[in-house]
Amino acid sequence: MGLQLIVTVKQVPDTHNVSGDAMKDDGTVNRAALPTIFNPEDLNALEEALQIKELTGGSVTCISMGPPNAVEVLKECLYRGADDVILISDRRFAGADTLATSYALKCAIERVGEYDLILCGRQAIDGDTAQVGPQIAEKLNINQLTCISAITAVDEESITVKRSVEDGYEIVKSQFPALLTITGTANEPRPANAKKVMTYKNIGKEMCNTSYDESYIASDSCAILNHVKEWNVEAISADPEQCGLSGSPTKVKKIQSVVLSACESRQVANSDAGVAELIHELIEENIIG
Amino acid sequence: MDSKKNVMVFIEARNSKVAEVSLELVSAADRLAQELGGCVEAVALGHNLDKELKALGHYGCRWVYYTDDERLTHFTSVPYAKTVVQIIKKYKPGIVLFGATTMGRDVAPRVASALKCGLTADCTDLQIGEHKIQDTIYENTLMQIRPAFGGNIIATIVSPESVPSMATVREGVMKMNSADTSKTVEIIKEPCIIDDNDFLTEVLEVILEEKQVNLKAAQIIVSAGMGASDPESITLAKELAKVLGGELGCSRPVVDSGILDKDHQVGQTGITVRPNLYIACGISGQIQHRAGMSEAKRIIAINKDPQAPIFALAHYAIVGEVKDVLGKMLKAYKTKL
Ligand SMILES: Cc1cc2nc3c(=O)[nH]c(=O)nc-3n(C[C@H](O)[C@H](O)[C@H](O)COP(=O)(O)OP(=O)(O)OC[C@H]3O[C@@H](n4cnc5c(N)ncnc54)[C@H](O)[C@@H]3O)c2cc1C
Ligand SMILES: Nc1ncnc2c1ncn2[C@@H]1O[C@H](COP(=O)(O)O)[C@@H](O)[C@H]1O
Repeated sequence: MGLQLIVTVKQVPDTHNVSGDAMKDDGTVNRAALPTIFNPEDLNALEEALQIKELTGGSVTCISMGPPNAVEVLKECLYRGADDVILISDRRFAGADTLATSYALKCAIERVGEYDLILCGRQAIDGDTAQVGPQIAEKLNINQLTCISAITAVDEESITVKRSVEDGYEIVKSQFPALLTITGTANEPRPANAKKVMTYKNIGKEMCNTSYDESYIASDSCAILNHVKEWNVEAISADPEQCGLSGSPTKVKKIQSVVLSACESRQVANSDAGVAELIHELIEENIIG
Repeated sequence: MDSKKNVMVFIEARNSKVAEVSLELVSAADRLAQELGGCVEAVALGHNLDKELKALGHYGCRWVYYTDDERLTHFTSVPYAKTVVQIIKKYKPGIVLFGATTMGRDVAPRVASALKCGLTADCTDLQIGEHKIQDTIYENTLMQIRPAFGGNIIATIVSPESVPSMATVREGVMKMNSADTSKTVEIIKEPCIIDDNDFLTEVLEVILEEKQVNLKAAQIIVSAGMGASDPESITLAKELAKVLGGELGCSRPVVDSGILDKDHQVGQTGITVRPNLYIACGISGQIQHRAGMSEAKRIIAINKDPQAPIFALAHYAIVGEVKDVLGKMLKAYKTKL
């Protein structure tokens, strides 16, 4: 029957390429000026899921919580071979910290129902928190294996992985179900498949408002999906109080732009004499021996 | 005594040794607890750690709640998280700190989720202050300060409505107290309540890889950036590090291009260092790099671009070619001896 795999993917601002105009004068980020991208380590999580599916059979379902245009990352999942994609979107999810995010994703995963493995990126580059994965695992009351740099074995019941830790690595094994967080060194994500791009590039979204409709179709019914499922608070039977801003215990109190603290600086002449004098001074001050 | 004034630290033991970051956190907790008028307490898990835990007292820890069980010798998520949750519920501290290590970042979110409380990752500074939400003033709130958006901004995060406030803190960021061996810690044994069924992870193998370099402990670091990434400059930087009794560091692109190992990387996503002397060779001084070295006591910057941002941070600025300047330094040092 194969494995049921779920991958959580996030659309993030491209913080690695923050240009001048992305920062406002008051030091806050002008999100609108930042291009959005597929969170890099989520691509690794997707790749890992696709490779497991190729090995064991089964299906890959991708879930993203975000504004309507987060549908773009879900399309990218379809271009690479995902079987089914779900967008969790509702104004009431806005302003979520990691606790509220993991709550919403947990509710969505419960609606999907069956799963053996959940794969997340280790961390998202907008917050670099690495918290959402473990928090989903806790809320689903399942095991977690974090910071995975390689999958060494997988069968119908269990998975064995390599975890990179500070002073080396460990090989650990878990039965299903389990949640994994995947690092950027785990694999080389495949590019989009040109044929799939043609198939999916113009698909639309379909609102699935209620929690009991037929919209979750098991993906082994090889029907080509012609839509991205969109679920709101009701569709995943979430408690609105635990979603978005109201479900987020952490608040941003202050944002400061980073300013270079100027220090007393001395120009040292780039000459034999200038450098020799500096070295001499450092020896005198016992900074070097 | 009000337990909310206490600051609890999660003690990370790797291979039966208390990790340095835990001592740094006890030291930070000591400063916070003094401000709050509370005490530092710790939660430790493992097996046969009694002797190791004594050192916590020297850094200011009053009590350590220690769960000793053979099954906890090696870290696994569910048993560790469940135990920590139980200890927090029992002792009700106002603040809980974890190292932002693979272990801390694995267990802390699980604990925060179970307690439905806020957690801020990768803090670089912690302060006590007050926070207002509408008409309610929350005094003695933990200000959790961290870089965000790839280091482009510094955010202060608070979570006053959920107790405890929880944060993970990077290794090497908090200054360690000097050890005071006259201070002792009381070790309070806690029973292990974890069921065999909760041991869901089977640890098959643990491979220790000796680190090639120990940047954190180095008093002198010669660091190579992209402007010093050619073989000749790297060799010179290595040689200077060697003769000065220091270590070789580098910027991230030098690691990304495969020239040096990740163990050498200084910065936000690398190692945070505070040596006596940091010699930045051909490093432009982007915020993410500065985040890891700005607290060095002395900084020498060598760069051919007089406008390079690193110069704003440097105590000694040398405008010139890396190879040329390093050559002169080596020569000057050797002839001085
Ligand atoms: C989320 C995130 C995390 C990051 N984390 C880190 C991190 O932990 N550590 C880190 O270092 N970076 C990190 N970076 C990358 C960082 O933004 C910079 O790209 C990086 O620090 C630049 O490295 P560099 O100064 O060596 O190279 P460059 O920026 O290319 O600078 C090279 C410098 O060398 C000078 N130069 C060139 N040739 C010579 C010569 N012959 N002689 C003298 N000078 C010369 C040039 O004038 C220039 O100033 C991170 C980035 C992001 C987005
Ligand atoms: N809004 C979201 N939608 C889907 N997945 C998410 C979302 N936020 C976080 N994740 C997942 O959780 C991982 C860790 O995110 P973070 O805790 O934000 O660093 C990411 O790599 C994603 O796999």
